[in-house]
Amino acid sequence: MLPSNSKVLAQKVKKCLLTLAHHHNASHVGGALSIADVLSVLYSRILKYDTSHPKWEERDRLLYSKGHACTALYAVLKEVGFYTDAALQTFTQNGSLFTSHVNHKVAGVELSTGSLGHALSVACGMALAGKRKKTDWHVYTIVSDGELNEGSNWEAILFAPHHELNNMTLIVDFNKIQSFGTIKEVLDLDPLKDKFNSFGWDTIEIDGHNHSEIYEALRKDTIHGSKPRVVIAHTVKGKGVDFMENQLAWHYKSPNKEQLESAIGQINQQK
Amino acid sequence: MKLQEITVTGKKATRDGFGDGLAAVGQTNSKVVALCADLVGSLKMDAFIKAFPQRFVQVGIAEANMMGIAAGLATAGKIPYTGTFANFSTGRVYDQIRQSIAYSHKNVKICASHAGLTLGEDGATHQILEDIGLMKMLPGMTVINPCDYAQTKAATIAIAEHYGPVYLRFGRPSWPIFTTNLPFEIGKALPLTTGSDVTILATGHLVWNALEAAKRLGLEGISCEVINIHTIKPLDTATILDSVSKTRCVVTAEEHQRNGGLGDSVAQLLSRKMPTPMEYVAVNDSFGESGDPMELLDKYGLGVKDVVIAVQNVLKRKKSPVLV
Ligand SMILES: Cc1ncc(C[n+]2csc(CCOP(=O)(O)OP(=O)(O)O)c2C)c(N)n1
Repeated sequence: MLPSNSKVLAQKVKKCLLTLAHHHNASHVGGALSIADVLSVLYSRILKYDTSHPKWEERDRLLYSKGHACTALYAVLKEVGFYTDAALQTFTQNGSLFTSHVNHKVAGVELSTGSLGHALSVACGMALAGKRKKTDWHVYTIVSDGELNEGSNWEAILFAPHHELNNMTLIVDFNKIQSFGTIKEVLDLDPLKDKFNSFGWDTIEIDGHNHSEIYEALRKDTIHGSKPRVVIAHTVKGKGVDFMENQLAWHYKSPNKEQLESAIGQINQQK
Repeated sequence: MKLQEITVTGKKATRDGFGDGLAAVGQTNSKVVALCADLVGSLKMDAFIKAFPQRFVQVGIAEANMMGIAAGLATAGKIPYTGTFANFSTGRVYDQIRQSIAYSHKNVKICASHAGLTLGEDGATHQILEDIGLMKMLPGMTVINPCDYAQTKAATIAIAEHYGPVYLRFGRPSWPIFTTNLPFEIGKALPLTTGSDVTILATGHLVWNALEAAKRLGLEGISCEVINIHTIKPLDTATILDSVSKTRCVVTAEEHQRNGGLGDSVAQLLSRKMPTPMEYVAVNDSFGESGDPMELLDKYGLGVKDVVIAVQNVLKRKKSPVLV
């Protein structure tokens, strides 16, 4: 059963990931908040999946390459019903499947990630297999912006158009901040759109927090031609919580009790 | 030295030793330059960067590129220190290291933090337990895994004067400091206690567990010779053979896979020169997981009690060498 309202889902996801980060002293909450809206639109209005059959052959594939920001993915998978809240609350404990980088042993997860720059190549392989088998599932991959420093991504970015993989969509969570500095300071990506265009991708730029823009950009029925598609989602690291927004520190910090309460209060206000 | 003479002078992470060592060697050796793949805070490189902004290169999250750039800098007489996590310092960039650094014996210092299980909550993707094996297999590579803050600092300084590629492995958690007043020399094992019943050869964080185990075993009247093998390659064969010829049995202890680790190097030595009953304290062909660092050490058989059990087992085999 798909949750029909992406806004409602996003609100739940943000609260769930903030709470997880607080209870388990987890990092990477800024990068989780920046992608929560995209994930919520995907899981409410775009992806084909069956929570009771996570490996259903006809499902769309979502590869989450920024595995450090696992709380957002774990939260959305829980909210749509892949597993219970009780299961998720074992997060990072000894023996738990919910490790603090995304784990393929969790229902609904396609690939373990955490070492950056791996998933896009795997997505190319999945999309290639999809083409050869003439299936109609679509492969979505989410990468973070700092992650695009990794050369492995650019090998995959060359590969996909060469093989006309129009059954895949790459989403860049362009929140402009990485671990210990801004993208501008560490390794500039600009002009990112031109780079993708020149590599042969269909390139769309959107506000990564505007649900109708996200939906329009990610729909499968608007794909024409043979190019793979990239959606550059302009986002805000720490989106929705004023003291986290655009703050480098919230790449690593986890909220204490007061900060959690304030954050949840702010998310509750957002419609 | 007796066990009682080991003095603990505090608690700090080995990665802090790297950061302080790097800043210190930056002062004394102007050829030292540092590179980082977007983890300066995790690697504690801030003091070096502050003192020598012109001698630091932020390469971004691009470890393969970093190894190539380091190789290039080395050709111009610089002594590059690369900094990132241990899995991204080795497995991810193995071919870059092999082709561009090791083959031509370039003077690059590969400095790797967050090695092993004690990385804790970050889990299996980051908990590399294969890096010692990967790096020691490369011809000409020196492999050092210091045991505490003081030794990591000393090693960070010493490798600048040692020409050739070096892999320096350290970790994340705060750990007892007990080598502050002890010497450090690359390739020279450091005996920590003298004993007569068993030799315990330990590296990295597990040196502390070996000392704690020796203390417990002492209460049972078992006398342990604990030797710190900070340099796994080249191995200090003379010190090991000397001790083993006396004790006639060995336990190795390391935060690494049994395959390819310190224990393997020791077994290779002993099987040729002095076949001896031996037990391993190491991870046995398994990935790690998220969890509390100390609990993970216990769960994966690297705790103090595991060293104790390994010693008890090897002593039985020393008495009756028939395997059961
Ligand atoms: C190969 C690799 N190198 C380094 C790291 C350590 N690391 C984890 S998150 C991160 C920064 C990521 O920044 P960005 O890609 O911009 O992600 P976001 O801002 O969306 O969290 C780094 C360097 C890693 N996980 N993998």
